[in-house]
Amino acid sequence: MTIILTFLQQAIRQGIIILFGATGEIITEKSGNLNLGVPGIMYMGGIAGLMGGFFYENGVAEPNGWVSVLISFVCAFLCAALAGLLFCFLTTTLRANQNVTGLALTTFGVGFGNFFGGSLANLVGGVGQISVSYAARAYQTSIPFLSDHLGPVGQLLFSYGFMTYLGIILAVFLTWFLARTRVGLNLRSVGENPGAADAAGINVTLYKYLSTTLGAGIAGLGGLYFVMDYSSGTWTNNGLGDRGWLAVALVIFALWKPVHAIWGSFVFGGLYLLYLYIPGLGREMQEIFKMFPYIVTIVVLIFTSLRKRREDQPPAALGLPYFREER
Amino acid sequence: MAQAAIELKNLTKRFGKVVANHKISLTVNRGEVLALLGENGSGKTTLMNMLSGIYFPDEGHIFVGGNEVTIRSPKDAFALGIGMIHQHFKLVDVLTAVENIILGLDEGAVPDLKEAARKIQALADRYGFEIDPFQKIYRMSVSQKQTVEILKVLYRGADILILDEPTAVLTPQETDKLFQVLRNMRADGKAIIIITHKLNEVLEISDRVAILRRGEHIATVDTAQANESSLTEMMVGKKVSLNIDRPAPVNPTPRLVVEGLNCVDAQGVRTLEDVSFTAMAGEILGVAGVAGSGQRELLESIAGLYPIASGRITYLVPNGGERELAGMHPREIRALGVSFSFVPEDRLGMGLVGSMGMTGNMMLKNYRAGRLPLLDRKPPRALAERVKEQLEVVTPGINYPVRRLSGGNVQKVLVGREIAAEPNLFMAAYAVRGLDINTSMTIYRLLNEQKQRGAAVIYVGEDLDVLLELCDRILVLCGGQVSGIVDARSATKEEVGLLMTRTRKVGEER
Repeated sequence: MTIILTFLQQAIRQGIIILFGATGEIITEKSGNLNLGVPGIMYMGGIAGLMGGFFYENGVAEPNGWVSVLISFVCAFLCAALAGLLFCFLTTTLRANQNVTGLALTTFGVGFGNFFGGSLANLVGGVGQISVSYAARAYQTSIPFLSDHLGPVGQLLFSYGFMTYLGIILAVFLTWFLARTRVGLNLRSVGENPGAADAAGINVTLYKYLSTTLGAGIAGLGGLYFVMDYSSGTWTNNGLGDRGWLAVALVIFALWKPVHAIWGSFVFGGLYLLYLYIPGLGREMQEIFKMFPYIVTIVVLIFTSLRKRREDQPPAALGLPYFREER
Repeated sequence: MAQAAIELKNLTKRFGKVVANHKISLTVNRGEVLALLGENGSGKTTLMNMLSGIYFPDEGHIFVGGNEVTIRSPKDAFALGIGMIHQHFKLVDVLTAVENIILGLDEGAVPDLKEAARKIQALADRYGFEIDPFQKIYRMSVSQKQTVEILKVLYRGADILILDEPTAVLTPQETDKLFQVLRNMRADGKAIIIITHKLNEVLEISDRVAILRRGEHIATVDTAQANESSLTEMMVGKKVSLNIDRPAPVNPTPRLVVEGLNCVDAQGVRTLEDVSFTAMAGEILGVAGVAGSGQRELLESIAGLYPIASGRITYLVPNGGERELAGMHPREIRALGVSFSFVPEDRLGMGLVGSMGMTGNMMLKNYRAGRLPLLDRKPPRALAERVKEQLEVVTPGINYPVRRLSGGNVQKVLVGREIAAEPNLFMAAYAVRGLDINTSMTIYRLLNEQKQRGAAVIYVGEDLDVLLELCDRILVLCGGQVSGIVDARSATKEEVGLLMTRTRKVGEER
């Protein structure tokens, strides 16, 4: 019983990391931009948040945990959003190829994270010495009362830091936003048929910029959550691993709907950790277990391709550049 | 005197070296239909795109309701009451009609779709449209999509409507319906500009006709004082005989026998149903039908490019013998002397590589020639020169990217290459799509040459008048079925038009 509870809790914590990444990427892809820089952007968000919190906590005599949260949150979001802005500038304004730019951004972002992570470690005198304990404690604060008075139910539902709930609320909100609001409708049309959107008087470039920048910012929060909550305010080089790609896979699994990404992220998180909970697995079997989320994604792709429902397909103009005066 | 809704003064637009519009001045009044007539590449669409904010003029002035305006984007155009219905619909497939119609409008942060649908229905009733506001676009027929496009601009309060070749994809019956709607709108005081190169439609619907030729405004005349030959003369600049040659069939013998052909597309929709016919050597078999009736699938399945569910395609080799084409590799079919040219709507979509020059494109069909691993560029270069000369392709050089050529020239390159292979069975689809009369005549002449050479020609066309004048027999497709094969010498246009819509209501399944 306890082990199942722990497994579920860990699956959810694992899932929240990629939920942010996937939500951000869905918003980006809805504008027709395929930003494969998401894994790198998550690293950038993570390290920027860590640095923000670190310099605050080491620069003030009596740091306040929630101030540190605010600073790290803003730093993570801005740094990641800037990366998204860069991607959009390269692909939309300078017309670079989206795939190439995205992959380059991932390489850059991972290096960016590791470089500053290593520098920060040197600054404090060694690996594992970075501490942003005030912020980390605040990030990890679970919902008081509910988390420890309702037994297993309370532990399963209320024992997480605020970013867990933020991630879920954000995904639900964005689903509604895309489906019901004017801006959401305009954004969807930009990703489906930019020519039609343009003819309808929608500023395609503006929508691409905004959604890519905000989407990257949201994805960066996944890195922040990983560093602050999941890793308790520490940095390990390459610590985020391939979770960024998991987020990209989750976008497909969720059929470009943030609300599906919520439960999808928990499933992915569970599958990703499953190897830890099955006794007697050798190293090679562990690696095979870690592949499960990707296998599930491929299966989903096969099924949606077979079903051919137009609503389940990626945005029609995904990955394609749009130039108005071309002839 | 009617009130001027919109006035253009000396509008000029250039694309690189090409002058698409040169100092064009025009006036359109409220409560009238102005037809904008011109050959392809004469600058009609470019001119209208400047009004709708897609292009920005290099020089000149635009006046709406007497005031000079600057139109920088489609949004500016809407604000001025200008609405354009593009030839290729600008609709988002996965959205509903109502979502497409309110797209880009300020209907509040969370739009009330039901209220919008009610308003759309009211508009539709007023002008005589039929529409289901909550139907998704990808489930609609072409004419339903066009209805959505028109409602989209009306919903935005447009009182100047521009329609870019609205009848190109409609059946005669649907065209009549559209014209009735246009007349209702004209009676309502709207200014309507209709771009077309179908003379009979110009004469039927318009009040005045403005003629463009090579980017210049030639004249604007009252339709009542015009007739087909006077308009044609202004359009092409010199008298062109509209009589297409039709030499007698040369020793017709069966070349291709298709029996019970069935095809199903990737979506599981049946595209061809029990198609049977015989194509004769030495004759031109025309294929008529509303766009998307299976013409493309038919030609592609013969060429080996489209999967066949069942049926037989028997090719009778000229020097005796039979070959079954079904299941054969496209390259083997081509080697038998079956040539295929398809001109899709965007012209470049199939058969040519836009960023390569003529030489490179000629090479696409014979890059396997020669034994060395390196390509021999000499024969394709010679062929490119020959095609350029014989078909009068206007290009700065044979290595100039074909993407940058005008549509007509791109098509000449495509057709010229296919004919150069001296095929025994020559299939051409929409070879004159969007071409001016002179170039079309050149293409017809080329088709006749193939016929007289003894090739079997299958020609898929859009213009019934042309099919009736050019072909020996006409096969009519409707919804993937052969609804009839008629003798082109004795059949009437009405007869063929009726066959085109015979089996079921158009677009019922698309």
